[in-house]
Amino acid sequence: MIKVVNLNKKFGDLHVLKGINEEIKNGEVVVVIGPSGSGKSTFLRCLNLLEEPTSGEIIVDGVSITDKNIDINKQREKMGMVFQQFNLFPHLSVMENITISPIKVKNMAKKDAEEIAMKLLKRIGLEDKANTYPKKLSGGQQQRIAIIRALAMEPEVMLFDEPTSALDPEMVGEVLDVMKSLAKDGMTMVVVTHEMGFAKEVGDRVLFMDEGLIIEQGTPNELFNNPQNPRTQDFLKKILV
Amino acid sequence: MEIIAGFIEFISKYHSYYVNGTITTLQISFFGVVFGTILGIFLSLFRMSNVKIIKWISTAYIEIVRGTPLILQVYLVYYGLPMALPLPDSRLFLGTLAVLLNSAAYIAEIIRAGIQSIDIGQMEAARSLGMGYRISMQYIIIPQALKNILPALGNEFVTLVKESAIISVIAIPDLMYNADTLRGITYKPFTPLIISGIIYFTITFTLSKLLGAIEGRLSASDKSS
Repeated sequence: MIKVVNLNKKFGDLHVLKGINEEIKNGEVVVVIGPSGSGKSTFLRCLNLLEEPTSGEIIVDGVSITDKNIDINKQREKMGMVFQQFNLFPHLSVMENITISPIKVKNMAKKDAEEIAMKLLKRIGLEDKANTYPKKLSGGQQQRIAIIRALAMEPEVMLFDEPTSALDPEMVGEVLDVMKSLAKDGMTMVVVTHEMGFAKEVGDRVLFMDEGLIIEQGTPNELFNNPQNPRTQDFLKKILV
Repeated sequence: MEIIAGFIEFISKYHSYYVNGTITTLQISFFGVVFGTILGIFLSLFRMSNVKIIKWISTAYIEIVRGTPLILQVYLVYYGLPMALPLPDSRLFLGTLAVLLNSAAYIAEIIRAGIQSIDIGQMEAARSLGMGYRISMQYIIIPQALKNILPALGNEFVTLVKESAIISVIAIPDLMYNADTLRGITYKPFTPLIISGIIYFTITFTLSKLLGAIEGRLSASDKSS
């Protein structure tokens, strides 16, 4: 579904990604872990070209999205993204946040878009918040809405960039639950996170990144219980106290 | 007492000059700020463009307009522009055009600051939802930016009410020009000026207070429950 070939990204002199090769299969839940500054967020942001790769190729569904002639907006419709800071649109109500993209990008009728939005809101139990503005919601509620806002575009893959890092601890669970139910439904997911519990429970595969490279990967069981690389061992020792 | 009685007598005799002049001044300022805002949005977007030539033209326009006197621009637009373009031969139109071309440059910088004050995550979220640059700007970034810069735009309107007095040099009968006319008619040196000054001040002071009230309500609606 997503194939990454020799992906490099430089910010000026800073070489953040140093040749990443990776293939993500349909329906797979891939969790990316690693120390901060290892390039995991940059890797994720390259997948929908929020960061433009310096070199290398990214192929989604057989289409090379790093090709300059491709309509990147069309490609991004297939990839939903959830951000650490939620990034809901503060001037729009919850309902408008969810429906604006289907209406303006897919030219969906407002009524149809609202029907879909309502279904999604019911799924996360926030149907009574349809006419509320984001500022009146808790972080956990905002992030759950950010997730279904992405889902309203019916993406084939969902990218999560540390979706629970900005949340108060008591709200992490409700967001992870939504993500788990997505995984159960067979959504292809790439998740950058520090939630090792989530990685173990839901991940099909875990990638460990350090210094711009994927150093080690495997099933959660392999990676967490029997890490081979000393740097993986060191990292896991630090976070799994 | 005598002075006030003189003022009242003067106004009752020549009030039509002041009424018409005030209407003209308000018209020019209003159209100046409305169309200046529309043109300013495009200028600011062009200035932030990645296309070098568009960025350069827009930057040059803004810098030249901000770096030369308005009175010079009014003369150039009034005498020069009709030679180059098929424009209607109307003083009011050309005067308003000069004012809005000028205010657009200032408003463009206000809008640019407004757009750049919006968190980059807003644009990223919009783009990640498949929205193109234009749709993202139109529905996500600019509405938020405009809300942020509403006070600054209001101030620009207040400024225009005062600054537009300059177009009296091309004989548009605004508040300033009519005051001058009355000086000619009545041979009174100060009375016409003081009355127009009072009117200018009343307008700008009222507008400022009004804007302050609107601003207060806007920031109140921003606070969470």
